Amino acid sequence: MNRRGFLTMSKTKNLADPTKLKVVRRTNTGLDKYTGTWSKSEVSHLLRRTIYGPKLSEINDFSKLSLSEAISALLDTSSYTFLPPVNNYHNTTPDTNVPYGKTWVNAPVDIYLEESRKISVKSWFWSLPVRQKPTIMEKMIVFWHNHFAIQMLNTPIAAMCYTYVKVLNDYALGNFKTLTQQVTVDPAMLFFLNGRLNTKRAPDENYARELQELFTLGKGPGSKYTEDDVKAAARILTGFSVNPTTTPYSTYFVSANHDTTDKTFSSFYGNKVIKGKSGLSAGTDELKELLDMIFSVDEVSKNICRRLYRYFVYYDIDENAESNVIEPLAKIFRDNNFEMKPVLKALLESEHFYDSWNRSCIIKDPLMHIAGYIRQWEMDFPDEKDYQKMYKLYAFGSYYNAVTQMNLGDPPSVSGWEAYYQVPLFQRSWITSDSLPKRNEFQDYLLWSAYKVEGFSFGVDPWKITKQFANPSDAIKLIEDAISFLLPLNLETNQLESLKEILLPGGIPSYNWTDEYNAATTPSYPNHATALASATVKLKSLYKSIMNLSEYQLA
Amino acid sequence: MKRRSFLKTAATSTVVPITISGLGLRTYNSTSLLNAIGKRSADGKVLVIIQLNGGNDGLNTVIPLDQYSNLSKARSNVIIEESKVLKLNGWDKTGLHPKMTGIQNLFNDGKVNVVHSIGYPQPDFSHFRATDIWMSASDSNKIVTTGWMGRYLNSKYPNFPTNYPNTIMPDPLAIQIGSLVSLTFMGPTTGMGMAITDPSTFYSLVDNVSPTVPNTPAGEELAFIRLMAQQTNEYADVIKGAAGKGKNLSTKYPTSNGRNNLSEQLKIVAKLIHGGLQTPVYMVSIGGFDTHSNQVDTASTADGDHATLLKSLSDAIEAFQDDLKLLGISDRVVGMTFSEFGRRIQSNGSGGTDHGAGAPLIVFGDAVQPGLIGNNPTIPSTTTVNDNVPMQFDFRQVYATILKDWFELPSADVDSIMGGAFDTLPIFKNSMSNIEDFADLVTQIGMDAIQPNPISNEGVLNFYTDSGGSISLNLYNAQGSRIKTFFSRDFSAGSHTYMANFEDIPNGNYILQLSSRIKSQSQFIQILK
Repeated sequence: MNRRGFLTMSKTKNLADPTKLKVVRRTNTGLDKYTGTWSKSEVSHLLRRTIYGPKLSEINDFSKLSLSEAISALLDTSSYTFLPPVNNYHNTTPDTNVPYGKTWVNAPVDIYLEESRKISVKSWFWSLPVRQKPTIMEKMIVFWHNHFAIQMLNTPIAAMCYTYVKVLNDYALGNFKTLTQQVTVDPAMLFFLNGRLNTKRAPDENYARELQELFTLGKGPGSKYTEDDVKAAARILTGFSVNPTTTPYSTYFVSANHDTTDKTFSSFYGNKVIKGKSGLSAGTDELKELLDMIFSVDEVSKNICRRLYRYFVYYDIDENAESNVIEPLAKIFRDNNFEMKPVLKALLESEHFYDSWNRSCIIKDPLMHIAGYIRQWEMDFPDEKDYQKMYKLYAFGSYYNAVTQMNLGDPPSVSGWEAYYQVPLFQRSWITSDSLPKRNEFQDYLLWSAYKVEGFSFGVDPWKITKQFANPSDAIKLIEDAISFLLPLNLETNQLESLKEILLPGGIPSYNWTDEYNAATTPSYPNHATALASATVKLKSLYKSIMNLSEYQLA
Repeated sequence: MKRRSFLKTAATSTVVPITISGLGLRTYNSTSLLNAIGKRSADGKVLVIIQLNGGNDGLNTVIPLDQYSNLSKARSNVIIEESKVLKLNGWDKTGLHPKMTGIQNLFNDGKVNVVHSIGYPQPDFSHFRATDIWMSASDSNKIVTTGWMGRYLNSKYPNFPTNYPNTIMPDPLAIQIGSLVSLTFMGPTTGMGMAITDPSTFYSLVDNVSPTVPNTPAGEELAFIRLMAQQTNEYADVIKGAAGKGKNLSTKYPTSNGRNNLSEQLKIVAKLIHGGLQTPVYMVSIGGFDTHSNQVDTASTADGDHATLLKSLSDAIEAFQDDLKLLGISDRVVGMTFSEFGRRIQSNGSGGTDHGAGAPLIVFGDAVQPGLIGNNPTIPSTTTVNDNVPMQFDFRQVYATILKDWFELPSADVDSIMGGAFDTLPIFKNSMSNIEDFADLVTQIGMDAIQPNPISNEGVLNFYTDSGGSISLNLYNAQGSRIKTFFSRDFSAGSHTYMANFEDIPNGNYILQLSSRIKSQSQFIQILK
């Protein structure tokens, strides 16, 4: 052996092959409608993926529906009410234009109140999933927020943050192409990606690039637009601006700033020429043609379907999923002119979605974790009229959401949160040595202690859920019900044994728990007070132990 | 024969070629060579990576003063007034943004090396694609899902995390200050880094772990979460211990602006290194460099968003370096900045700059070769909106240099980690050759004395290479800083003659250095016109 070979031999074999890809066998199932068992387990799977922290009562209610009825209910937003953020800040920063408890979103801009309103709108935005009704609406608003990302803290006027969320809400389950058109001229987006500064004299490519790279075509294999296409699209979008003299700020078109020359695109778009127009409707007209051109590329539908798949099913899209799910789903999307409901219905009713292979493999994002926790324990909020207290609680939740890496309203960049796009970790990036302890801390804090705001205690009452279980005085049944409610996976024997040890320490007979439970829940029993205290500790210990399991982070 | 004993034997029997002491040249100086052989002196060395998120405007950071008039035409609304540009001792053609007094001080104190116009072929203008390229060290058109540091750490600490921590490496392999771990630290099978925001408090995780997981995607995710929980617990105590033992002594840290402030992050890093962590790599970050608009204040271009960012960066680095010195650990820490791209030469109408290509990169620390590498970017007299700063050096040359000259990795391993061979740059004072290659030093390249000497405008240099390959010829000033590269390209084996032009070099004493990838030779020359 020559010397060099000898010296380098042992060291090189451990080196990474940067091109090595992991291949995992997956499943062949596709979009055929699921016809298998439809039980609480499937209902829980559906609800864990489509609403934040399904309540026990919601799981029970949906279990009475058929699969199709369940999907219809999730997609039915006819009774959805969208209430804007209100003046919660009156006691600290009085607002002469808006009474306490009334919305400020249509009030004149007041620079002294903007900070209070910004906190108000961010707290309110966080509260939407927490106070949600059992429809898919809130999951979709957050989906679009991540997709069409802006940063609220960098948006100059709080009311613009609200109108942005309103647009997402208006089209969340509507038409994606219309949503794209609306977001393109949304004042907050015109600020965030500099569309307002894009003029024929000084074109700014920022939005034109992201429109193609992130919002429509994406970066998949079929996305081959060119740098010149970015520049041509930027010229089409020249002239849109934000009018600060209206209340709230609005979009307006400055035709003098619009590039009226023809815009020629690359062969990727079939060398399409979009005729330059002039006049007040030039921007809107050319934008429509631009979107027609972009949306004529099949990759748009595939890109959105892949993003939906990563959000609702799993981050790893293998060849089977691409051909059996993404492609037919994208066709449904195109055939329905980019309406969202047919796509969501097809995906959520599919045998692929209920395939055991695809269950329990989503790592909860921080909002699923925190909002989900608050909903699933049915935690009490202050009186509806106590806006100051209520918003303080929302700000607390929003803060915890941010420290566990998901600052709702302020994603880290225009690309949204890394967990939805960053290869190879994807959703695993939610779980780090920093965030995982904080998730556990949040769980334990509200379970053992409470967040106190102006005399109101925001904490978990373990009895509220315990009493809804079928047979909570039976230790084994209680543990089983708690596990199937809180965790998406079954536990192994040794894990179960250690949980049993909490209710029945040292292996004592099960009637001991039954006796204690009965005494704790019956005020007339002589030992009621001590039994209540003792059983409360046991319940909290049980729930803490279950939620401290890694399984709790999955959905 | 064991590798180490072989190397010891070889070392004592080899004549080490030229040593130019005190000039900080890239030489094979006997002390560092023996150090490297006696023990792996890479042990204890630390790299701190500072990410500037958003794409830093290099032309307003390191300002090419000899291009000023063209630059002011191209970016009249954002250009810094010439009189306000900070001076660099010995480098009158290049200056720094007025808010970078901290870096200026360090530069003039010989602690900073700036590499001009770093980039890569076919630059990408998308934030996240460009960031991925930088972190994975991939070609522009290749997707690589591991990070360059992740691959390095995987080669040094194989099979991580199985049987880690252990007595040889009881500490985290890499620490990122923040709550995310970047692609930079992604290894082939698992992340090699750990995220922390506050090293003194860890909420302890209790997981009643079951050893098995189902063979499904859910099982894979579950195993991942359990692994993170286990690692967090295992490393929590050592990190808390180091944070408790470590100190910060510098009074230069700016007063806190919250936890995400860069100086707060670097403070944690200094404390952990001083507290005894053996972790070789840290990463910190500062965001906001995507200055499409309002990059500068209209009233004063030396102020504004970009100025605030550069001040934070510069003040933080100065304080950090001061802290390291006071703590007595500055000899084993170097820092490096990077940003996913630079910005366009031309400014836009929004008082900002759009996504661009090449940009300078800063390396700092006691060990760096002070000065600038490369030339000021050339700014055309008329520019278009599409004009970019072309790359002079590939960012992977910097990575390869760090791996080879700082972490002292053999070049075969460096090539393997980088996915190809990249020429190193004279960033460090004691550039190490590959230990196993040093027998080649004796024969591989050589040159005759340049004729004439002293030289007025031109000199004739005869040189040879035994094996052929990439050869470069550089001129250094008396401070050891490179001021000119005559060539850097492939030559066939044999003798070659080169006419070197010195017309642009002022009178004085210089060092002319001929280098291959593994050897260099130098001679003193004098310019006399």
